[in-house]
Amino acid sequence: MSSFAYAPAPESVRPVIRSEYGLFIGGKWVAPQSGRYYESIDPARETVIAGIAHGDSEDVARAVRSARKAYERWWAPMKPSSRAKYIFRIARAITERSREIAVLESIDGGKPIREARDFDVPTAAAHFFYHAGWADKLEWIARAGQMPQPLGLCGAIVPWNFPLLMAAWKIAPALACGNTIVLKPAETTPLTALLLAQIAQDADLPPGVLNVVTGDETTGAAVVAQSNLDKLAFTGSTEVGREIARALVGRKTRLTLELGGKAAHILFADAPLDQAIEGVVRGIYFNQGHVCCAGSRLLVEESILDEVVDRLQQRIDRLRVGDPLDKNTDIGAINSRAQLDKIDELVRSGVEQGATLRQQRCDLPEQGYFYRASFFTNVESSHRIAREEIFGPVLAVMTFRTPDEAIEKANDTPYGLSAGVWTERGSKNMAVAQQLKAGVVWCNTFNRFDPSSPFGGFRESGFGREGGVHGLREYLA
Amino acid sequence: MQSVCVDAVMLESRAAELAGRSIKGETKRAWIDLAISCIDLTTLEGRDSPGRVRSLCAKARAPLPGSDAPPVAAVCVYPNFVRIARDALAGSSVRIASVATSFPAGQAGLSVKLADTEQALEAGADEIDMVIDRGAFLSGDERCVATEIAAVKERCADRHLKVILETGELGSYTAIRRACDLALEAGADTIKSSTGKIGINATFPTALAMCEALAAFFRRTGLRRGLKLAGGIRTTKQALGYLAILNETLPPQWMDPYSFRFGASGLLDDLLLQRERLRTGHYTRPERIPKD
Repeated sequence: MSSFAYAPAPESVRPVIRSEYGLFIGGKWVAPQSGRYYESIDPARETVIAGIAHGDSEDVARAVRSARKAYERWWAPMKPSSRAKYIFRIARAITERSREIAVLESIDGGKPIREARDFDVPTAAAHFFYHAGWADKLEWIARAGQMPQPLGLCGAIVPWNFPLLMAAWKIAPALACGNTIVLKPAETTPLTALLLAQIAQDADLPPGVLNVVTGDETTGAAVVAQSNLDKLAFTGSTEVGREIARALVGRKTRLTLELGGKAAHILFADAPLDQAIEGVVRGIYFNQGHVCCAGSRLLVEESILDEVVDRLQQRIDRLRVGDPLDKNTDIGAINSRAQLDKIDELVRSGVEQGATLRQQRCDLPEQGYFYRASFFTNVESSHRIAREEIFGPVLAVMTFRTPDEAIEKANDTPYGLSAGVWTERGSKNMAVAQQLKAGVVWCNTFNRFDPSSPFGGFRESGFGREGGVHGLREYLA
Repeated sequence: MQSVCVDAVMLESRAAELAGRSIKGETKRAWIDLAISCIDLTTLEGRDSPGRVRSLCAKARAPLPGSDAPPVAAVCVYPNFVRIARDALAGSSVRIASVATSFPAGQAGLSVKLADTEQALEAGADEIDMVIDRGAFLSGDERCVATEIAAVKERCADRHLKVILETGELGSYTAIRRACDLALEAGADTIKSSTGKIGINATFPTALAMCEALAAFFRRTGLRRGLKLAGGIRTTKQALGYLAILNETLPPQWMDPYSFRFGASGLLDDLLLQRERLRTGHYTRPERIPKD
């Protein structure tokens, strides 16, 4: 045990987990029509958490029918201020049950309890609170002389990195604008979405306004295939996003895609270095790097490269990798075996292509899917690790000499979701930020989120915005 | 000397994260004892009396009679009580720290400050807590600040000099960092956050900024300089938060009374209370912990 190791501080709350979960359709828990269930795995312990219903296209069609009925019968005709009350009630329930939800999120996905507790759950609640406030004020953002109209029925497909938060990003604005929704959680992380369904049921949300259909990619494909969807919101990989876009060609379904990223984090020599190192660490190692906007390419001004590399190595040696439920854990478990293999494959490609690998010096737990905090130096822009989204705790460090070179390298990617700039000089910060082709540019900070701030990408990172006024417009006719 | 800027947003966020570490079990037990052994038990009141200083010294030697709680690091008094403390602490490991240089405002000429220092040293102080001239620092006269520190350090010779920056008066984290760097360059053995006499004392972000200054100085020179946090630190929870900041920002050898101090008076009582709770499994009545 190194001298700065801490005695175990395990989270003591244990949420009630049922042995089997059905689908939430039309306000009721129903068995999948096929009778098939699959197992959800705790990635830190490699144990089965619960059986999850495998919804197929018939289940999805059923969910869509009940959502359509709920839209026409209850949700669209309802007074907006009444809709706000339901959303507010859900927000309150999330806050009240925050500890339980955080533990569930951590068990199901492998993320550290500290992050689930301090980020995922409060931010998800904030999205519901924010949108509850908007529900009866939408005319303020409509075009002059028009009353805002809901779109109708929305499909939402969310990923496994922020299961509750991504669901909240889609459900909250959809409901606030008067739409009903069919949510398809990620295969490996359905539990908090199902708990959210429970919360909606407890809040007396009219049956069918929110439906949750669990399953694998075929279930997702069945959602996409529903011809009477008015809107589809997808967060996930660029590859799947492309397939969805293709499937929706010629249909009236509106689409927003929030896809992958390979964000550049630009570090100038005149940056507040102690905090910048901290920002870089948070930018890439937050949530094991399972973050679409992760700052996975670090561009360092050449004159401070050696110092930055030394400091980074020292810093990652102090990250605690281990039990996600320990309150002092900094890096939890990789979400699945498949993701662990993908990270490993890409890191090996980095070594083979000639980059220098540096890793955290620490022991890993014997059980579970864990990966050391890692970064590469001597990376070329053409290396796979500099171009492909790794979606793991792996950073590619490159250098630049002038601001123009930094901008050029930062934009040298097919993606365009986020970027970061660190310099103490405000004028330089703004000038550089303006030239970065990214949906979000963080200046002297990273990975900051607020429901009032729109989030979304350029180029292969997708289109459409979530959050803020811009996000609401995506759910209004 | 290179000027280092500090970004407030990320500094405060990181400090809050570290101060929120969950310190449990064996670590908590060890850190409570460490915190006790790092205390400069302080009385700096206008109404201080020889009797009060003597009882403070008794508590410093044996914080909780009948228990194995370690002694504190030092007592901290005004120069005119150093001799009394000397007698009261004879034969113990507890050191004597004295404030000097026109504490707390530092508004006097250099000769007065040096005389103040000499009086404390002659009376037998092991450690001197001096204040910097904040007026000079804020007006940009860094040379004046450095000269005074160097002059006091010269008088102290091999005795320990703590330099109080009064961070609550400096206006920004960047200025705090600058004052840290200036004091370390000028020969301070320890940098100290506050006098405890103004509204803003030690805070978690201030402590983090100071730790980062010490870490940078260590990287550059290989010299291990100390940190003293003072003012408003009253609870075990606060103390553990500060230790977590220290623990994760500096090498392990800083977790030691040689390199780290809490300037406090009430903190000791809460540490003893928590210590007893860990030992017995329940809270003892606060009245069972002697006040002086």
